[in-house]
Order: sequence, then C-alpha cells, then structure tokens
Amino acid sequence: MTVAHIDSWLENYTEFEKRAAGRTLTWLHRLREDAFARFCDVGFPTTRDEDWRFTNVSAIARTMFRPAGAAKLSAGDTAAWRVDDMAATLVFVNGRFDAELSQLDNLPKGVTVASLRERIVSHPEEVEKHLGRYADTQRDPFCALNTAFIGDGAYVHVARGVVVEAPVYLLYLSTKEDAPTMTHPRNLIVAEDEAQLAVIEDYASVGGESVVLSNAVTELVAGESTVAQHYLIEREHLKAFNVQTLRIQQGRSANVASHSVLLGGGLVRNNVHPVLAGEGGECLINGLFLGTGTQHLDNYMHVEHAAPHCGSRQFYNGILEGQAHGVFHGRIVVHKAAQKTDAKQTNRNLLLSDDAQIDTKPQLEIYADDVKCTHGATIGQIEENALFYLRSRGLSEADARKLLLMAFAEECVERMHSSVAREYMQRLVGEHLLFSEGIAPQDGPALIEERTLEEVG
Amino acid sequence: MSLLEIKNLHVNVGGNEILKGIDLTVNAGEVHSIMGPNGSGKSTLAQVLARRDAYEVTEGSILFEGKDLLEMKPEEAACEGVFLAFQYPVEIPGIGNTYFLRSALNAQRKHRGLDEMDAMDFLPMFREKLKLLEMDDKLMNRSLNEGFSGGEKKRNEILQMAVLEPKLAILDETDSGLDIDALRIVAGGVNSLRSPERAMLVVTHYQRLLNYIVPDFVHVLVDGRIVRSGGKELALELEEKGYGWTEHEPVGARA
Repeated sequence: MTVAHIDSWLENYTEFEKRAAGRTLTWLHRLREDAFARFCDVGFPTTRDEDWRFTNVSAIARTMFRPAGAAKLSAGDTAAWRVDDMAATLVFVNGRFDAELSQLDNLPKGVTVASLRERIVSHPEEVEKHLGRYADTQRDPFCALNTAFIGDGAYVHVARGVVVEAPVYLLYLSTKEDAPTMTHPRNLIVAEDEAQLAVIEDYASVGGESVVLSNAVTELVAGESTVAQHYLIEREHLKAFNVQTLRIQQGRSANVASHSVLLGGGLVRNNVHPVLAGEGGECLINGLFLGTGTQHLDNYMHVEHAAPHCGSRQFYNGILEGQAHGVFHGRIVVHKAAQKTDAKQTNRNLLLSDDAQIDTKPQLEIYADDVKCTHGATIGQIEENALFYLRSRGLSEADARKLLLMAFAEECVERMHSSVAREYMQRLVGEHLLFSEGIAPQDGPALIEERTLEEVG
Repeated sequence: MSLLEIKNLHVNVGGNEILKGIDLTVNAGEVHSIMGPNGSGKSTLAQVLARRDAYEVTEGSILFEGKDLLEMKPEEAACEGVFLAFQYPVEIPGIGNTYFLRSALNAQRKHRGLDEMDAMDFLPMFREKLKLLEMDDKLMNRSLNEGFSGGEKKRNEILQMAVLEPKLAILDETDSGLDIDALRIVAGGVNSLRSPERAMLVVTHYQRLLNYIVPDFVHVLVDGRIVRSGGKELALELEEKGYGWTEHEPVGARA
C-alpha cells in the first residue's frame, strides 16, 4: 500500500515534529515516530478492508491537506456555541486551544481540565501514564495519523471519588481556509476510581465551507466503579471529513456511556471502541445519525468484552433522506475469559427517500461459551398508519411527520443521562429536523413496508 | 341542512369495489348504528369518512355541513369536526399522550380561529375527561398507546374524542375485544358526549354495544350496500336471526 502525496505527508510531519509540544520527551517522540511510520506503511484504508467495506475514503487519500493555521475568533464569532451550565468549556480553533474563549473558573476540587499541549509540558509524567496506551495505531491508520500529529486537545482528569455534576464541554471549531486543512485533536480523559464525569465533544465549522479533515482521537479511561458519559456532536459543514475514534478503557464495575449525534459532515466515520477490562462493567453505546443530501455517516463499533459478567448495549437510530448513506457496523468480540457476557445491539433505520441507503452489519466473535449476544436491525419508512392516525386528529401532514421523526430520534436522546446534555441534544436535533426535507409531504402514499432482520446468536 | 349526506358512494380498495352505492343521511343529535357481517364494508366507510387516501372513491358524494368532504385531507376533516375512533389504535413510541392530544386540540382550535390552550388551561379540563373514562393519569405520561391493553386503547380513543369534541364521531368497532366492565365505561363516556349538536355513527358487528349506546337508527350493511334500515329494534332482530335473513329481502335505505 502506498500513500498518495507521501512527500507532502512527510513534509507535514517533519514540519510539525520540529515544533511539537514535548518533542524532547523520548516516549512522546517515539510514540509519534512509530505512529507515523505505521501510517506510511499501511496508508489509508480501502473498501477491500473489511472494517471499511461500506466507507470509501479515497477522497481523503487524494487530498493534499496542510495542518490548519492559527485563527483568531472573537467571543461574538463563537456566541452560537455558548452553552450555559457546564462545569468547564474548552474551545479549540483549528485544533489549537483558545484560552480567551474558554472558561475554566468553576471547576470543583479534584478536577483538572486543561489543554493537552500545556499538560504535556507542565506534567509530562501524568500524561505519559495513559496517552497512546489504548488507541490502536496498528489496526487503524487514522488513529496512527492522529497519534503522529498529537499536538493539542483536551486533558481532563477527575480524582478518585470526585463527582462532577455538570458536563465538561469541548468545542472544536474549524475556519474557512483557501486550501484543504486538517486537524488532529487528541483528548485524554481520565476518571479515577469511583469518580463521576460527563464530557461533551462538539465539532462545528465557522465562517463558510472549505475542505477540512477533523481526525480526532479520544482516550477515555474509567477506573473501578467509575461512572463516565461521553457525548459527541458532529455538525460541521458538508465539505468536512470527520473521523472520530473514542477508545474507552473500563475498569471493574465501571459504567460508561457513549452517546453520539451525527448531524453534519460530508463524510463521517465514528469509531467507538470500548474494552471492558474489569469484571461487572457496563457499557452503553447510543447513537443517532441524521443524513441528508449526499452525506455519508458511518458508525463503527468495536466492543471488546475482556472480563466476565459485563454487559454492553448498542442502540443506533438512523434517519436518512436524499441520497444519504448510513452505515452501522457493530462488532462485538467476546474474549475467552469473558463468561456471562450480556451483549446486545439494535439498529433501527428510517429511509425517507428511494435513494437513501443504509448498510447494517452485525459481527459477533465469541470465544467464551456462556454468553448472551443478540442483535437486530430494522429498515423502514414513516409508517402510513401512524401518519394517518396523527392527521386524523387534526395535525397537518408536516407536523405529523416531524412528530414521528422526533419520536424516532427521541428514543436515542432519552437514553442520555445528563439532563443538561440531553436538553442540549434535544434542541439541536429538533432544530435540525425542522429544516429537514423529510418533513415536507412526499408524493404518493408512504410505504408501510418494514423489513426486520432479527437474529439471536 | 343535514350534518352528513352520503349519496351513491362507491369505493374501491386495491381494485376491488367494497362500497357499492351507499346513501345515508345523518342529522345533528342523531345516533346511527351501522351493522353488518365481516367484510361488508363497515370499516371502509368509516375510513373514507376520516379521509384515508388508500381508499379510492369512484362515484358519489359526501357532504359534511354542506362542504365536500371528499376534497378534504384527514387533518382538514378533523378540524371541521369529524372524529374516527379507530378499530385498531396505533401505538406510537416516543410521542407522549398528553403532548399529542394538546397539539391536536390546538391544531383544531387554530383552524377555528381560537387561541391555543396552554398546559395550565388544558390540564384541568383533561383531568375531568380522564375521570369520565376512569383512566389512570399515569397512562398519559406514557407514549401514545404504547403498551396499552386493548381496553385501554379503546378508552383512550374515547378520551381523545371527549377532549376534541367533534361534531361527528365515528366509532369503528369500539366494542370489539372489551370485557363487560370496559364496555360499560366506554359506553358511559360515549353517552356523556351525546348532545343535540353532535351526531354519532356507531359501527359494530354485534348488538351488544347497542344495549349501552342506544341508537336512533340502525342500518344493515351487506356486501357494500345498505340492505335494511330501521329503529333500534332492528338490531335486536338481527341478533336473533343473524345477518343471513337480510340478504334475501333487501329494503331501501333511509335517505
């Protein structure tokens, strides 16, 4: 496999490395070097790769990206993304932490929130303990690329037993540029034993459309009996490529949830990879993706059960219209030691147009003998019966459609524990659906047909 | 002017003619029962009146308060005052009962040029109606009909009717699947809504419901035609003799 524009990548990397934070730290230097070498070895994946069968990233491979330059935004520019009631807000503009736009004054005791770049310099030993230990640079070239370009991102640490009530809000903004640019946000979130934490990552664009690649990796480490929730919102413009990897490392009896809402981005790949490494862990992976136009939204799960008595739940709801293409790829691996595993995945989809497409693929690999794993997927349209029922009570067709789509989306939103995060998501999804084509009455009666693929393995 | 005037109504479903020339006039204040064997076209008539578009009207007319009902969308018919209590109420996860009902009421009020009702005004009225149908308000916090028993679903239909206060209420086999207690409650709810301004069309297979909701007129629908019309005693006669006898001696419907 050769990498297109290898010279350009090499130049990008060399330039970056010269000025990278902590370049004198041997471990970090080696981490970047090895990751870059790995990326050069394997290059970008193709659809011949089983993990990438439904998502063609050749448009990313073909593009010559440059690291996004610094940009200055005013509080006015970012007012639209201001969220109240957060424990802390970190704003990144073109991948760089912006202290002026951020808000870190109200943190409770025992909680550290900082830019990763700063933390690498000020407390390298803390960062070294976890950074790069979990994300899989061998298997995933995008993770390798991100690791090679580790520069900035969020660092969140919650001490043992500390409960953070409000979410920590991380906002990543990219600005309009003349040539294609890339950022590689890298986040490290560590919640020690018996801590409680919620983090929201929000990806958005500001000031017009230009080709960008946001290639983010988050390592979330949850200690014993820790409760952690991670929220992702993707709402960049349609020229954006967004590749996300959330790698979760769960300790004994930890309870972790990943909630994602994909609204924007032209080509989005969201990898969620929890490893349930301690007994009695619970993991919820909850996702909603709303695709329109030619959007491509790929949800890739890789749930690893490595210890006994753990439970995992995957729920993904998709609404696709226009020529949008959705993917649900739910891989569950149950290791030999992981007896009494209880894993379940459900993917429900509404296709609102003839050209919308969904590929849904369960993949169970079970090496233990006493486990319960189930998966199911449905693909359907707005039910004509339900639509008629609502209209027969006086709701207009547009209102009835909106209500049904909201209800379908609500199934996912309702699973979000943090009321602040849930209300925020509810508002975003509501606004998004309000402008969706799917609400407009369509020609001819809607189809009632629903295919159900249900299997118990 | 009659509230509802159906003339020579012919309806096709999937290429088959189901209704073959129905004539029926309903005035405000009257309760009419449409009885008939399975497959006679009772539910088709109910659905056409609620303006379901899967039904193709090939001939005839329906006037509602002098307006052409066949020109109306389902929501327009609802806003004009037509209400159908469904034979099979639809379960819709994710839409709260109370929220939905208030939205529907407000859509209708808007159509009539009335102010929207906020939660403060809506709730006391809503609680009264819940009491009328002996319904637990916990049910109302749940999703629309989701996980409701058959009886709860039927009661919910009548509850919606009580809140929306239609001019013409069509009850499509509201009695089917109800035990005697539920039947009494549902009938009690329906009877409390009888008024000189409101008409009802009670579609049923059995005479049982008509012991509780006593109709002014009974029409027997067989094979897409009204073969006999009469007073409430006709229902008893049917119960005794079965539908078979009507087929041999057709009598013109009351027009």
